[in-house]
Amino acid sequence: MRKLIALLPACIALVGASLFHEPSSASACAGLIGSNGAVNLGRTTTLAAYHDGVEHYVTAFEFQGGGGQFGSLIPLPGVPTNVERGGDWTLQRLEKETPATPVPGGPATGGGAAGGAGGVSVLQEVRIDALDLTVLSGGGPDVAVWAKEHGFRLSPDAPEVLDFYASRSPVFLAAVFDSAAATARGQTFGDGTPVHITMPLDNPWVPLRILGLGKRAEDFIRADVFLLTDEGPEFLPAVGNGLSLTYYGQASDSLLNDLRADAGMGWMPDSAWLTKLVISSPTGKLRYDLAVDASGEGRPSLMSAGLIPLSVSDEAPSQLPNTGGTPRNLSDNGFETAAIAASILVLVALGGWRSTRRRNAR
Amino acid sequence: MRVGASFLTFAAGVLTLGAGACGVGADASRELTIAIHYSHFVPDSVTVPAGQPVAITLRNEDPIEHEWIVGPPDVHERHRTGTEPFHDQIATEVTIPALELRTTTVTFERPGEYLYICHLPGHEAYGMVGRLHAVED
Repeated sequence: MRKLIALLPACIALVGASLFHEPSSASACAGLIGSNGAVNLGRTTTLAAYHDGVEHYVTAFEFQGGGGQFGSLIPLPGVPTNVERGGDWTLQRLEKETPATPVPGGPATGGGAAGGAGGVSVLQEVRIDALDLTVLSGGGPDVAVWAKEHGFRLSPDAPEVLDFYASRSPVFLAAVFDSAAATARGQTFGDGTPVHITMPLDNPWVPLRILGLGKRAEDFIRADVFLLTDEGPEFLPAVGNGLSLTYYGQASDSLLNDLRADAGMGWMPDSAWLTKLVISSPTGKLRYDLAVDASGEGRPSLMSAGLIPLSVSDEAPSQLPNTGGTPRNLSDNGFETAAIAASILVLVALGGWRSTRRRNAR
Repeated sequence: MRVGASFLTFAAGVLTLGAGACGVGADASRELTIAIHYSHFVPDSVTVPAGQPVAITLRNEDPIEHEWIVGPPDVHERHRTGTEPFHDQIATEVTIPALELRTTTVTFERPGEYLYICHLPGHEAYGMVGRLHAVED
């Protein structure tokens, strides 16, 4: 008889706005930060900020407790130049800044093959608190094999999902909590470790489909995604079908000052456009990513959004998949939509899966 | 591959499972290949002759391990609640490691319809189910 450790949903999360009481002071966030440096988590949240051709991807990995190691696989849109501990209050401060209700209107939006054999290249290895991070480059099958060799158990949807990402960007981040180290640090279930990933890119991109990895089609995905760009961005897919725009406007000076004061956030410009997108969708319908055009040209990439395969022209799609939102009109610069953002994670239980099987654990 | 050539354990119990669901002798094959791609069987329906050995090649194109277990409902029920960690002793129960092939030879003694399922956690729910029709030759 064998058992399998049940999948644990890896979490990247952010504290709800209601927990944040002092919006304009960095010290005000101190109550949210544990003595061990962990952040309290309430919801999957990610910031994708883009300035001077660089994406700053900030998210938090939630410690799931337990006696083993637990980790996540996250597709990245490019090779990071830096992976470091994220600031202590950036995500919470963003939640505090923005309302939970959708904005009536928004920006004009709507705006392959798996990598073959050849193995995985380990590009970076970083330890942040109790979190071991490894940046990998390789095709979907290669990454899956690497993951298995390193104790990850992949869910049945993993082969397709990893190919979905590897066809566009062969870069992944594997994040593994060292449970013993987390416990030694005093981290408890739900404590999050913020991570700040810096990537030079032509345009920002946020993987969304990965949020459903390992989940049932009817399971709901709920996440907040924040974009900070120099100008109001356009993105794909359009709002609808579980995606809503709840904030789209100039970021306040107080927000930017607070963010700039956080660790590793000194790059924050004097002005920026803040967009908040909320995902509330069944896993079965979340089959795309967030493509953003922050250049001002108003042309977010259909391929980056995963709405068309690589073999199809990105310039003149003959038919768009129905994502439930408004199809993009490339010549329309008016308000009309908005969409997504996200964070990621694949949850994977590490270790011992050969000896334990979920059905026997029932 | 150590999968044997017998299929005796559940043959008698299969009789009542939709015998004749496919036309008798319709496209029954004594050799066939079932691929596994993105955690689905391809094809998800096959027809074989009853009472004759059938060589089945299982090709796992995925980078994760899968199982091919064929039989009547009681066999599947047993596997849903726990069984061996690796299958290589019984012709109707085969583990196919990532990106590998396995071949098994099975004789379906009596006509009927049997499901083939991957019973690794979450795989059946994800759609790893196929139907095998054993028809009179």
